[in-house]
Amino acid sequence: MKRPLATSRVLTYLWSVALIAFALIGPDLSLAQDAPAEPAAAEAAASVAEAPAAEEAAEAAPTLDTGDTAWMLTSTVLVLFMCIPGLALFYGGMVRSKNILSVLMQCFAVAGLMTVLWTIFGYSVAFDTTGMEAGSFGLNSIIGGFSKAFFSGLTTESLIGTIPESVFATFQMTFAIITPALIVGAFAERMKFSATLLFLGLWFTLCYVPMVHMVWSGDGALMWDWGVLDFAGGTVVHINAGIAGLVAALVLGKRKGYPGTAMPPHNLGLTLVGASILWIGWFGFNCGSALAAGQSAGMAMLVTQICTGTAALAWMTAEWIKHGKPSLLGIASGAIAGLVGITPACGTVGPMGALVIGALAGFLAFVFSTSIKRALGYDDSLDVFGVHGIAGIVGAILTGVFAFPAMGGVWEPGEGATIASQVWIQTKSVLFTIVYTGVLSFIILKIVDVVVGLRVSTDQEEEGLDLSLHDERGYNL
Amino acid sequence: MKLITAIIKPFKLDDVRQAVADIGVQGITVTEVQGFGRQRGHTELYRGAEYRVDFLPKTKIELAVDDSIAEQVVEAITNVARTGKIGDGKIFVIALEQAVRIRTGETGVEAV
Repeated sequence: MKRPLATSRVLTYLWSVALIAFALIGPDLSLAQDAPAEPAAAEAAASVAEAPAAEEAAEAAPTLDTGDTAWMLTSTVLVLFMCIPGLALFYGGMVRSKNILSVLMQCFAVAGLMTVLWTIFGYSVAFDTTGMEAGSFGLNSIIGGFSKAFFSGLTTESLIGTIPESVFATFQMTFAIITPALIVGAFAERMKFSATLLFLGLWFTLCYVPMVHMVWSGDGALMWDWGVLDFAGGTVVHINAGIAGLVAALVLGKRKGYPGTAMPPHNLGLTLVGASILWIGWFGFNCGSALAAGQSAGMAMLVTQICTGTAALAWMTAEWIKHGKPSLLGIASGAIAGLVGITPACGTVGPMGALVIGALAGFLAFVFSTSIKRALGYDDSLDVFGVHGIAGIVGAILTGVFAFPAMGGVWEPGEGATIASQVWIQTKSVLFTIVYTGVLSFIILKIVDVVVGLRVSTDQEEEGLDLSLHDERGYNL
Repeated sequence: MKLITAIIKPFKLDDVRQAVADIGVQGITVTEVQGFGRQRGHTELYRGAEYRVDFLPKTKIELAVDDSIAEQVVEAITNVARTGKIGDGKIFVIALEQAVRIRTGETGVEAV
């Protein structure tokens, strides 16, 4: 009984430190920025929304559109549905039967934890735009201030574009939930539950929220000013989580017995149910990122479907050729790679671009998750890097090619923008994300290792995390 | 009396049950088992990770019968459980000393 008590004391201590730090820094920053709430909201409306429809609406006084609002309410629940139970089942089916509950538990607990963190400071640090100016670099190009902490200033009247700010904030909250949850797959079957919460909580704070701010918060934000095209979260969500997963797999080390011992998925039926829920929910993710029920959302829907189907077939075919048989796990993995690949691209590319991105994302994710992972020997249990990292990079870079109308895209390039220049901006953003999140994830993991320890004991790992960490079994047949 | 133990392919269980019931066998015991014979195992492949599965799932049935129908039962099982492909299974027959019906205390042939 000693160890769990010590763990909870440490957690309580960390919480207190975080809250005190917040109390000290919070008022300071808001004083420095001293921006009246109302214009800030309008500014945010203009800058945050990527959809042309939303920008036009913001030029006039913003008015609420019930159609847009209805779609965004729907999108929000679709994205939450992606994580619980979609991602949870997708991952849960792939682990051994002794660990299914641990994975479901991690995904579900993340949904709770990120909701609280997003409320306390996440939304503010991500989307507060005070002190930001187009083209000028400062601290606020990386993180926002605390003026919107605890949703301060958010009322039933506040609008972002044509939808209530409450809906926008909840929609973004569901992104903040699923992104850390994606990483769970990389360290599945061996990480302590306390370490999982601490790692993902810190990662949310230091990697996810700043990435949202740098890419999506508008003029003055680092990568927004570079002109990166990331409609629904290639850099912010998938490369971010994929790299964190790779680093976590490397820092934690392999599961006991890997790769010699057989660790086959225990229930691929659950995995397919999960993958299907993800596919469906992703329409909320991608089309919802238009922040309006309009033309942009419509095109996002079409290209999302095309890319996903193509990537599913690409992985299946590659596997069929290489190993002689097509597999269910393969086609489901390919679909996820396709969904990831189109995520940064879905606001700007057309159907042809979606076909190409799907084929490449599916094929390259297959190569990385099978041959290259084996060759390099790291144990990314459920291929978070191989699927999300690789397909995310493919999608992010190819967005710079297929966004152009000459390549079938629907983007309106600014003056002087060429494919080469945009691909460089995309590549620069990918590299920045890899380095930023790679370094910070490594440091966070090392800190968590010192504070609570990352791995369960060998005995616990052998027994399975369901019994050893949760006193429950997934199957009492 | 004889105790007949047959290791068969799982999907043949229903056919075997029907065949021995037709001969007049009153009850059988079924167990899911794993093992290997000449069929050996197979390989499974998950995202490029290849696993060798050495033990294959089979179904074991046990029945106690009177000497007079033992041969007939063995023949019936052999006929219906056969696919002609490797892995059809085995039948073992051993002499059975005693049988007791727990409810009534009957013994011997009366009890099977």
